[in-house]
Amino acid sequence: MSADLEAAARRAVEAAIAAGASDAEGYAEEGVEREIRVYGGAVESLTDAASRGVGVRAFLDARSGYAYGTDLSDSGLGDVGAAATEAARVADPDEHDGLPEETGAAAVGDLRSREVDRFTTERKVELALRAERAARAHPSVSQVEQVVYADVDGARALANSHGFASSFESSAAWAYVSAFAGEGSDLMTGLGLGLGRGPEALDPDAIGTEAAARAASLAGARQPSSRRCPVVLDALVSASFLGFIGGMLSADAVQRGRSLFADREGEEIATAELRLADDATLTDGLSSSPFDGEGVARRRLPLLEDGRLLTFLFDSRTARRAGRSSTGSAERSSYRSPPSVGTSNLVAEPGHATLEELVAEAGDGLLVTDVAGLHSGVNPVSGTFSVGATGRLIEGGELAAPVREITIASDLVSMLKSVAAVGSEARWVPFGGSVRAAPLLLREMAVSGS
Amino acid sequence: MTLLDPALAQRAIERALRRGGELAEVYAEDRRGFGLTLDDRRVERPQSGRELGASVRVVSGESSYFGHVDGLAEEDLMRVADSVAQAAGAPASPGVRLEPASGGSRHPVELAPEDVDAARKAELLRSCDETARSAGAEVAQVSVGYVEGRRVVEVYNSDGVAAADDRTRVRLAVQVVARRDGVVETGSETRGGHAGFELLVEHPEEVAAKAARTAVALLDARPAPSGPMPVVVGNAFGGVLLHEAVGHGLEADAVQKSASVYAGKLGEAVAPELVTAYDDGSRPGAWGSEGIDDEGTPTQRTTIIEEGRLTSYLYDLVRARKDGVASTGNGRRESFRHLPVPRMTNTFFAPGEATPEELIEGVERGLYAVSFGGGQVEPATGDFVFGVSEGYLIEGGRVTAPVRGATLIGNGLEALRAVDGIAGDLEIGTGYCGKAGQRVAAGVGQPHVRIGALTVGGTAA
Repeated sequence: MSADLEAAARRAVEAAIAAGASDAEGYAEEGVEREIRVYGGAVESLTDAASRGVGVRAFLDARSGYAYGTDLSDSGLGDVGAAATEAARVADPDEHDGLPEETGAAAVGDLRSREVDRFTTERKVELALRAERAARAHPSVSQVEQVVYADVDGARALANSHGFASSFESSAAWAYVSAFAGEGSDLMTGLGLGLGRGPEALDPDAIGTEAAARAASLAGARQPSSRRCPVVLDALVSASFLGFIGGMLSADAVQRGRSLFADREGEEIATAELRLADDATLTDGLSSSPFDGEGVARRRLPLLEDGRLLTFLFDSRTARRAGRSSTGSAERSSYRSPPSVGTSNLVAEPGHATLEELVAEAGDGLLVTDVAGLHSGVNPVSGTFSVGATGRLIEGGELAAPVREITIASDLVSMLKSVAAVGSEARWVPFGGSVRAAPLLLREMAVSGS
Repeated sequence: MTLLDPALAQRAIERALRRGGELAEVYAEDRRGFGLTLDDRRVERPQSGRELGASVRVVSGESSYFGHVDGLAEEDLMRVADSVAQAAGAPASPGVRLEPASGGSRHPVELAPEDVDAARKAELLRSCDETARSAGAEVAQVSVGYVEGRRVVEVYNSDGVAAADDRTRVRLAVQVVARRDGVVETGSETRGGHAGFELLVEHPEEVAAKAARTAVALLDARPAPSGPMPVVVGNAFGGVLLHEAVGHGLEADAVQKSASVYAGKLGEAVAPELVTAYDDGSRPGAWGSEGIDDEGTPTQRTTIIEEGRLTSYLYDLVRARKDGVASTGNGRRESFRHLPVPRMTNTFFAPGEATPEELIEGVERGLYAVSFGGGQVEPATGDFVFGVSEGYLIEGGRVTAPVRGATLIGNGLEALRAVDGIAGDLEIGTGYCGKAGQRVAAGVGQPHVRIGALTVGGTAA
């Protein structure tokens, strides 16, 4: 499968060059995907799909354009190559744009589980049904609203006119459950999720139980009074915040004046407790790959150590503009868009305290288990945010009443400087990209309720 | 232009139903797009794409079996039909001969965007950039995005539906960042519709001017107040509140799973008598309009709230069948790669009698929320949080100072009950709505609306 894709990527490059491009890069994807939704003990929907496509980035010296298509025949590839070259004609020149100087591939282990293919549809349906049963088994659960199992299995290939051509296969599987506990105005929802390379990595009982336990612990939540207090973010919430911060470390955001960390490289921006790295070489990270979206070898990139911001994330264009080297951070979300700078797997180094110990250390405060509106609620330039939250009050070091309709407000800079401890229970979370997150204890935040 | 031979569609449908099922459907799509952005005075990221593909669906009882493939080759389509033929039961026969797909009422496109030179689109972005920058020395950054898309779709099903649509949309979006003494504010404005490039021929730079005015005005913003207070919500994009806090709860999939606070409330008074609201996918040229929905049902105007009473949910074919009603033409999908689900089209409050000024005059101390940066709602409870991207204080019946950092926190049902004034200046904004992993164009709109009391989460001490 990969060899054909590599050939398609190469032919797309040739087509762009034939259409007049000075340089070109072709990216091809092929895959099968399955999604199973169950409801009330039966299959609600079952989706089986095959897809393939190609995207071409064409350069006319310092101008670049992009085109994509689903037709991988010679004539289809020819059309895409020509369309990319045509598109480049309307762009203004950017002297820093172009193919990367150095390409390569890192050793990342096997990113594909054969079990995605070996598991029959019936076994996958059973996995989803089992997660639903596990959630339903909880006495407080009034409804299991959504149970989804999904997997993807495919290959990606990249080729460019400097002679780079490579490909890799990868797979992923994930499942999530959304359960309700309580009735009427006491009703609250809870999410449980798991992810891995294949269905064998998912524990349906744990996923269902997590959804049930989360919903049950929030049922009957009320709006509390406003306060300033220590706040514990559980791993799912911490992942959302870390993913957001990771996005602001993109050199593209920095160079476009859209990052509050713009002039902070090398400076102390966080407490020493929080250590962050971007690592696309982890075999269990779902955004891992041997090379990035423009063929630069992947690596582990420490971002935050001893409280210091060590580097931004660079692709070849932002690196040239800054007089630096690419960090292998060109991300591809699909063949439908050109590569853009971003995090791959954002990894928070776990600490030593369990969630229970973080709650005990907080004393009197708030455990946040869900936030709403993070992306609209944060000002990317000032970093101030005010987001909706739900969770549990903490009283005397123990979890107390569930709370809802609250906002937590702070700014990202103060937040990073108030990380008092990082929890030991790290997990992969697919929010804000691929994040291996751990709970965080923050010294103080403004919590506004009634 | 025809995508699929009706005879081929018929064969695929028969194949898909060979192990049973009540409904089988073939959906074919040819989608093309072009986009261009301007950032930091540079026209960049020109991008064009074309995708051709089809999907086959079988509905059997409560279950849907779905598959899709790139391209329209007969063997691929038949393979998908085989993969979805999973329903158990007696083989069903479509029993109807499918006619060639024919169109619903098309929304007029005067100037097909693909016939407009790319260089003219680049010039449009440059003129927006210049206009925004001329708004003052405080304007620090301008980004402009242009996107056009055309979707030619055909739907065939075993009930004899053979429908086609040809949808063209264009959208211009401008974002301006203004900076003064370390204070940074953003203003955004868009213009778009189910229409051609003609929408952007007359004074497109007004979009940029408005975004720039907002960004500069917000530089004088004070921290937002906190606590419960009357809120006047602006027209057009202010309708996001209705879309999120009410509309999603009326989508029949959420209702049938009792995952909506509006379940079981049909016929009940959910709002004061002055409130009437519609979902209207047939509104000419509006952003969320279409000739047919993605199951071949003609789009229509559905009254969702009539004089305060909840009158209808929003249905696709599957959910309508379950409730024994007709589809309201809300079965929408992002592309041939997605299952249709009940989705809003253009959702808005009907205009009232008041003027925006009158709504504001009645407020002693409150918030004027012109536009939202986005928000989130928990459909099961109706709880919502919205970030106010452009907001002003109302003091003594007058709009006084801009505020920053305001959020609206509340509950959809409670907010609806608290509506106490509606103006006559209805406008539809151009939103994108995400649901079930699918993003579709959704028109959000309303006239100015006043909510008697809503919790404002601000940052002021």
